[in-house]
Amino acid sequence: MASLKDIRRKIVAVSKTKQITRAMNMVAASKLKAAQLRMENFRPYALRFMDVLTSLALRVDPETHPLLAVRDPKRIRVIIMTSDRGLCGGFNTNLIKAAERFVREKTAEGKEVQLIAVGRKGRDYFRKKVKLAKDWSDVFGKFDITLAVKISDEIIPPFMQAEYDELYVIYNEFRNIAIQRPAVVRLFPLPPIGKDEDTEPTARIDYIYEPSDEILLGKLLPVYVHVLIFRALLETSAGENGARMVSMDNATKNCEEMIQNLTLRMNKARQATITAELMDIVGGTEALSKS
Amino acid sequence: MADELMLEIVTPEKMAFSGKIEEVTIPGSEGEFGVLRGHAALLSAIDVGELNFTKDGKKTYYAVNTGYTEVTTGKVTILVETAERADLIDKERAKKAKDSAEAKMSKLPKEDVEYELMRAALARAITRISVADKHA
Repeated sequence: MASLKDIRRKIVAVSKTKQITRAMNMVAASKLKAAQLRMENFRPYALRFMDVLTSLALRVDPETHPLLAVRDPKRIRVIIMTSDRGLCGGFNTNLIKAAERFVREKTAEGKEVQLIAVGRKGRDYFRKKVKLAKDWSDVFGKFDITLAVKISDEIIPPFMQAEYDELYVIYNEFRNIAIQRPAVVRLFPLPPIGKDEDTEPTARIDYIYEPSDEILLGKLLPVYVHVLIFRALLETSAGENGARMVSMDNATKNCEEMIQNLTLRMNKARQATITAELMDIVGGTEALSKS
Repeated sequence: MADELMLEIVTPEKMAFSGKIEEVTIPGSEGEFGVLRGHAALLSAIDVGELNFTKDGKKTYYAVNTGYTEVTTGKVTILVETAERADLIDKERAKKAKDSAEAKMSKLPKEDVEYELMRAALARAITRISVADKHA
């Protein structure tokens, strides 16, 4: 049995850990709030943008644009988004597992797969195994749309020049604080826009297009890519903080439980020493009285 | 009838501006143009440049980045990736960005993809500086 001193020391250590986990929980909570706010603020932009893009796509034949070109998918690129930092439960593990499964499936189909990592955890994991086509790390601390633009600038030109045929994004889909789910979404070729929507022709306004509608669509499609990537980044960042919040909350609870158990053991040990001492004293007096 | 003109500037981060205005000048990709109330419906791409609008007889300047504008009767919606009001621009940072873009461009061959990116960065920095100057 551990000595009284050892147990005391352990209790102090665990309560210090508890302080840290609780602080991390609170930091994650406030970051999550900020991330959710950003998602909310982004929504009007994304919605309006989709409206215009859809109305534009209905007018011109969007199939003509190289970003929508469907080719036989032989060479595939995958963007894997993970967080930069750990201590957020199974968040990164789940994303990495999803990515590995996806890569395995595609490789089994005889396709050539290249990885692009966004976020340090994913990079660190895959770097040892395969060559990454490109990676961005330590970006989630502070990022804005320019990051999405940077990523897009890296992925759009090679696709248009047919250096690869399909692009997938694996990111965290943010449902709510408790549920984080890795999602695999095909980004290129872009899905047809506004095809299955029945917009009433009368509801459409005949705009003056400047430049022509086709060129305008060509200009707006890359922006569409920015929008999609930015949303994935936002959701991943919100998910990271949600996952960290939950796992740190659990850690704090575990610490409390441990402290409780240790305190119990400490009291028992204390009791045992007191009893032993009492026995000694009683034994001593008895021995004295006999003589 | 539309007696007034509503302007909304939306960026991915926030609603940068929303309110009634008298006139707005937009840096369209085919050249700068002004919009007054009663303007015909228009959809135009926006390039890096200076945007300004008049509200209560006072002009406000913004440095904007690529996007587009939608003009309908009595309403102008501007969707851009960034929009910075003149008095909020960090001129020091813009100058640094300009210098570093120029330095990189001088080293790169013109055919390089990077060169084109740097040129765009330079254009953005120059716009920001000139817009910031307007405020001062």
